[in-house]
Amino acid sequence: MAVISYREALRAAMREELKRDDKVVIMGEEVAQFNGAYKVTEGLLKEFGPKRIVDTPISEAGFIGLGIGASMLGIRPVMELMFWSFSYVAFDQIVNNAGNIRYMSGGLINCPIVIRGPANGGTNVGATHSHTPEAILASHPGIKVVCPATPYDAKGLMKAAIRDNDPVYVMENTILYNDKGEVPDEDYIVPLGVADVKRVGTDLTIVAHGRAVITSLKAAEILEKEHGVSVEVVDLRSIRPLDEETILASVRKTHRALLVEENKPFCGVDAQVAYLIQSKAFDELDAPIHRVSSIDAPQIYCKRMEDLQMPNVERVVAEALKVLA
Amino acid sequence: MAKPAVLTHPESLKRPAGPSEYAKDPVNASMSKAEKIALYTKMARIRHFEQRCIRIYQQGKIGGFLHLYVGQEAVAAGTISLLGKHDHIITGYRDHGHGLMVGMGMNECMAELTGRVTGCSQGKGGSMHYFAPDKNYWGGHGIVGGQAPLGTGLAYAVKYLGLKGSCLAYMGDGAVNQGAVHEAYNLASLWDLPVIFVVENNGYSMGTSQERSTAHPGCLAKRAEGYNMAWDVINGHDVYEVRAKTAIALKRAHEESKPTVLEIFTYRYFGHSMADPDKTYRDKEEIKEYREKKDPVLAFEQELLREKVLTPELSLQINEAAMAEADKAAVFADESPDPTVADITKHIYWEEDNRGPKTTSRGTIIFE
Repeated sequence: MAVISYREALRAAMREELKRDDKVVIMGEEVAQFNGAYKVTEGLLKEFGPKRIVDTPISEAGFIGLGIGASMLGIRPVMELMFWSFSYVAFDQIVNNAGNIRYMSGGLINCPIVIRGPANGGTNVGATHSHTPEAILASHPGIKVVCPATPYDAKGLMKAAIRDNDPVYVMENTILYNDKGEVPDEDYIVPLGVADVKRVGTDLTIVAHGRAVITSLKAAEILEKEHGVSVEVVDLRSIRPLDEETILASVRKTHRALLVEENKPFCGVDAQVAYLIQSKAFDELDAPIHRVSSIDAPQIYCKRMEDLQMPNVERVVAEALKVLA
Repeated sequence: MAKPAVLTHPESLKRPAGPSEYAKDPVNASMSKAEKIALYTKMARIRHFEQRCIRIYQQGKIGGFLHLYVGQEAVAAGTISLLGKHDHIITGYRDHGHGLMVGMGMNECMAELTGRVTGCSQGKGGSMHYFAPDKNYWGGHGIVGGQAPLGTGLAYAVKYLGLKGSCLAYMGDGAVNQGAVHEAYNLASLWDLPVIFVVENNGYSMGTSQERSTAHPGCLAKRAEGYNMAWDVINGHDVYEVRAKTAIALKRAHEESKPTVLEIFTYRYFGHSMADPDKTYRDKEEIKEYREKKDPVLAFEQELLREKVLTPELSLQINEAAMAEADKAAVFADESPDPTVADITKHIYWEEDNRGPKTTSRGTIIFE
């Protein structure tokens, strides 16, 4: 068991899959010679050469579409978006083409593509570079979306995504890239659609994904120490497919739920999770479901205010106490 | 509106249909009698299939949009007749002709239009979304120009796999102003991909004429120069010319792994789709002129009669057989069953349709 960073875990996943399957190709802006805008692909060009690790022009609709076309013929492209915010200029390719082709062909064509890159706010770069489109994309049947929060999950989910025969969109987080954690030396995958109970508790369930999991775990510590509350933290890991059973099992145990995500509140992932809980575990609830999401505005540039706009430990603790009141 | 001083259009386009100057081109001269008759037969089948579609549409049995290929037959016929094992095609929504050319059956094509489970996409795609990947046909795409990057990717895959092949990525003249097409052009040239962009120029992007939609340096294909790509212009009313010039681009793709833009001048006799009353943007005289003087099916028939490959009797026989085939397909499309409600949620994910030891995903993927 080695302790490596989230960034290194992603890289290790890609390296192992590049070795395992010669149809795997890494493609994106600055992924090869520049070693990756966020250094996730560092060293891969040197190890695998320019046929497997391919620099693209700044041309997201073009190169993402090209990857989708190549995947239809059996190539397994792992496409980097420098930011998921840039997916919006390639939306037709990502949604209409990758997401619909299997359906519209009556199951004749598969699209085994992975699109990956950071999707997060909190980096003081303004609204255009701070989008978190997991809810938007997961709302399209045909698409799978995962949001790893730890190095272990980042590697396991990335490997599962590359082996998957459907389009899988992996949303990473630049703030987590340097986070370290234990990762097994041997080959493993984290199956898509399996949530993980990151902390066991009895009084309150917090459901979160991505960096909101880390925030929630910190809040849970404080709630335990300062308020004597035992909090269970469920990390969704995968948005679509969604592990409904793990969420429901936790709520049936604690009878209270707080949903935390870094999306804006309108039609976020939490809206789906809240619907799930009320439809399948309504009688188990001892209090209304609450949520903490980003304040509903385009992402503000000012760093001090951005930290307040997004879910932070203080807001999670305060909202948790309301659910427990 | 500024117009280019010199139009770079094919010389042959200016004349009414007559003996083709490309009949002696090696790619045509080397065709056997049987191959020529087969090619004519395919063109006639496209024509009669489409005309049969009009009747079914008017009977209210086809929903959605129906974009007919009548008038443009020589483009799909000429280009696709040249393709080999590792040559792939992809196109936009005017996709019936390409489907019939690659060998899709009239039954499955017609049944897709009426939304039946026996359709080529089991009633999930409709007119704009025909697919036959077993015949190297990757659709059938509804969003203008969206297929251009996919076609470039198919060509990339052919090259990556070390195969001597290509992808023909078709689009209409309206697609040339879409960003995705320009991005595809750039990637194709930058990476030396064996893709041939075929611009089927029928003069109108829906109801907007080319003059009103597109700034260009004499023709649409010439934009290729901006991407350091080869290009050519083709009279799309002459199937021999289409074959002769496409063969050069194919050789470039196969031998040099280089892309080409081909602009093929053609004309559609019906509206953009059946929803287009076709009354506002062109006059009937123009349509009549094309029908009478440049019809690609008629022109090829005349050519083959002159060559004594066809006889009037054989031609009649071919056309009657095509009509009968289309009639039978219409009955098949009418009598086939609909998909079921349970079918709505099939074919969304490979994973969901193939649950087993090889799947890497669990959890809820289709929601209530």
